[in-house]
Amino acid sequence: MRARLLLGALGAGLIALPQFSGSYILSLATLALYFAFTGQAWNVMMGFAGQLSLGHSLFVGLGAYAAAALFVKFGIGPWAGLWVAMALCVAAGTAIGLLAFRFGISGVYFALLTIAFAEFTRIGFDHIGWLGGPGGLFLKVGQRTSWNLADLRGTPAMFYYVMLALTAGAFALCAWLLKSRAGYYWQAIREDEDAARALGINTFRWKLMAVAISAAMTSLAGVFFAFYYNNLFPEQIFHISQSIEIILGPIVGGVGTLFGPILGAVLLTTLADSLTNLVAAMGLDIPGVKQVFYGVILLLVIMFLPNGIWPPIAKRLGLGRKD
Amino acid sequence: MALLEVRSLSKSFRGLRAVARVSFEVPEGGLVALIGPNGAGKTTIFNIAAGVYAADAGEIVLAGRRIDGLRPDQVCAAGVGRTFQVVKPFAGLSVLDNVIVGALRAEHRVPAARRKALEILDKLSLGAKRDLPAASLTLPDRKRLEVARALATGPRLLLLDEVMAGLRPTECDQMVEVFRALNRDGLTILLIEHVMRAVMALAQKVIVLHHGEIIAQGAPAEVVRDPAVLECYLGEETEV
Amino acid sequence: MSVSLVANVVISGLLTGLVYGLMALGLSVIFGVVRVVNFAHGEMMTVAMYAAVLLFGAFKLDPILAALPVAALFFFIGYALQAGLINPFITRPEHSQFILLVALATIITNVMLMVFGPDAHSVQTDYQLDSWALGQIIVDKARVYAALSALATTAGLFAFFRFSRTGTAIRACADNHLGALIVGLNVKHLYALTFGLGAACVAVAGCMMTLLVEVAPSVGPSYTLLGFVIVIVGGLGSMPGALLGGVLIGVSEALAGLFIDPSAKSMISFALLIVVLLFRPHGLLGRRA
Repeated sequence: MRARLLLGALGAGLIALPQFSGSYILSLATLALYFAFTGQAWNVMMGFAGQLSLGHSLFVGLGAYAAAALFVKFGIGPWAGLWVAMALCVAAGTAIGLLAFRFGISGVYFALLTIAFAEFTRIGFDHIGWLGGPGGLFLKVGQRTSWNLADLRGTPAMFYYVMLALTAGAFALCAWLLKSRAGYYWQAIREDEDAARALGINTFRWKLMAVAISAAMTSLAGVFFAFYYNNLFPEQIFHISQSIEIILGPIVGGVGTLFGPILGAVLLTTLADSLTNLVAAMGLDIPGVKQVFYGVILLLVIMFLPNGIWPPIAKRLGLGRKD
Repeated sequence: MALLEVRSLSKSFRGLRAVARVSFEVPEGGLVALIGPNGAGKTTIFNIAAGVYAADAGEIVLAGRRIDGLRPDQVCAAGVGRTFQVVKPFAGLSVLDNVIVGALRAEHRVPAARRKALEILDKLSLGAKRDLPAASLTLPDRKRLEVARALATGPRLLLLDEVMAGLRPTECDQMVEVFRALNRDGLTILLIEHVMRAVMALAQKVIVLHHGEIIAQGAPAEVVRDPAVLECYLGEETEV
Repeated sequence: MSVSLVANVVISGLLTGLVYGLMALGLSVIFGVVRVVNFAHGEMMTVAMYAAVLLFGAFKLDPILAALPVAALFFFIGYALQAGLINPFITRPEHSQFILLVALATIITNVMLMVFGPDAHSVQTDYQLDSWALGQIIVDKARVYAALSALATTAGLFAFFRFSRTGTAIRACADNHLGALIVGLNVKHLYALTFGLGAACVAVAGCMMTLLVEVAPSVGPSYTLLGFVIVIVGGLGSMPGALLGGVLIGVSEALAGLFIDPSAKSMISFALLIVVLLFRPHGLLGRRA
């Protein structure tokens, strides 16, 4: 009961946010939601099925470029484009999963494989002139005064609500998945794959499913990225630092939990932003401060709170284990 | 009518012969024990049956259908449940959730699987502990959980790998009762055991393995008096 | 595309590859013994490179000579890192350890960014632009010195592991952790020692590298990945494998730079990594992880 009340209050607050906050807070909130969403997507693979991916930037990038290219080159809007983006990412994810799981690659080797694919794609896209190469692919920045949902051109508030909807959707999906047969099977696979097999679970198929779902969700983040920022550079979007930023939220918040990724993303985004502002206020301009901050937080969390900060908080609030 | 037939099974590991032309049957509704010294090949036979290893030669037939060469999950779907010698609980999940995972094989809907899981937990006297994390259980309870989980998949044949190891005599007797009851209800059981107390109490037939070969099989009372068995495994003074 | 051009490129790649090999050797030793996947390896090398650049800037100290103090420093840092920070993670799940080192790598890269800025720095020794001509083959002096130093360090490390008591003890730990404990080896100390040695290798490699390329904070991750490519191709845990892998990668990168786009050369490395990971994750000479 308490959980529902809290959730309701939170939901109401989030919906009302654009009414009483300035554009700066709004953009910060949008960014926090973006990382909450991608964190949730990554969490499906890692927290649920136990496969560590450090190459999720691949799906963000592919999704972004797919939707952007369709828009810029063929005038196809994002709502149609996102299906292509999802299909592309599911194909890529499935291909990687197929290769990896068929050959029994897991753990660190799997992580390295994901990194290799992302890096390979990054350098590859630098060489695709048709998509702008290293110079980047640009969307024409549209008007920012009214909502054009069809083409995703509009006010910051519009983008905020789109991201909010995505995040809420991801949350609902993950909550449902966790309680479903899939959720049980994934957790079993994560805990002990051999024991899972002995119980009739086709671990190959289920792991592949987790990868596909994770990739599909992440592709949507890419589509959003393209239409929100309006510029794409392979160096930036496929870069390993993007992959690391994606995993920060879930790891700090709590891998495998529902609220963990969201909490982690919100916390990190606000803290990182405050830090950047603090440094700027001191009159310093030091690139890299934010990343050092991320690194330190990651270090502290993995050393002292490896299950993330959400589980102890959930306990305090008297919420159930899987909340 | 034989539920499980092992025909001329052979397996070597890099030149070391683990199982050599082993053949035996487990009748439907039967309770058969596989005994022998360590390294005799007992768990290897289980692992081949369960789909973990591929046999070098021979067949394993379950209810007329060949199951050797199938993947472990396919073997389970065919009706074989197994426990592991070193128990493998899903440590991060609750006791109930552990069993639900097993139950989901046959019952695809979670509420139905949950009901089935609760039933089985009660059968194995774990009902009260259902919300505890599996990692917090004592060894006897972990063994019970392992059995419960395998049972939840709805097997026709249950493979038990040294389930009694590490249990005190009273705990052992409790487990024996559970298996007797399950067997009465129609479950076929093939067990690997070192604890002779359990073997004598449960088995209708005993098969003795040594260096990968069967050296004796038959009713328990006969097998324990067999000189070959006494020499290689039981020793001269047997108190059963 | 003359033969001599290709030959030049191959030799250049081979020499560079020896330096790569030394870097990868550190990674391989650390993995082979301590079973830690040092994701901060490239970043450690970058720090060593900056150290060499600083020493050169301040004292005009040749990087080859700078390698000694830098290696010594890195040995102690590596020892402390392993004993203090990483040791508790040996028993933790694999991905925890991995993430620990990812965190370290992020911190190191960005601290360097904060301190040195994003621009590249380099060393300019007297012999930087000199070369020897052997018929049609032109060999850079700097590259030869770097390669020879790398080779010497590698030989020293091989000898240490083969002939010294401590080296043998370390190999024992690697082969059988429990057995080593039982016979009374101080495994924790030996692990830290090994990490220190791995770090020292990286330090020497870094100093040598400054003779060949510029340093910027962003090269850290690239070298980490390069290190992994080499070690996985050559065999995780195999010392000769690291060297072989280094040379292989050095040559293939050089050839890729020649025949395809120079900026695409890392693509070859990553493609190779993918292929090897899939088909032979224990590499050409390695043992199963």
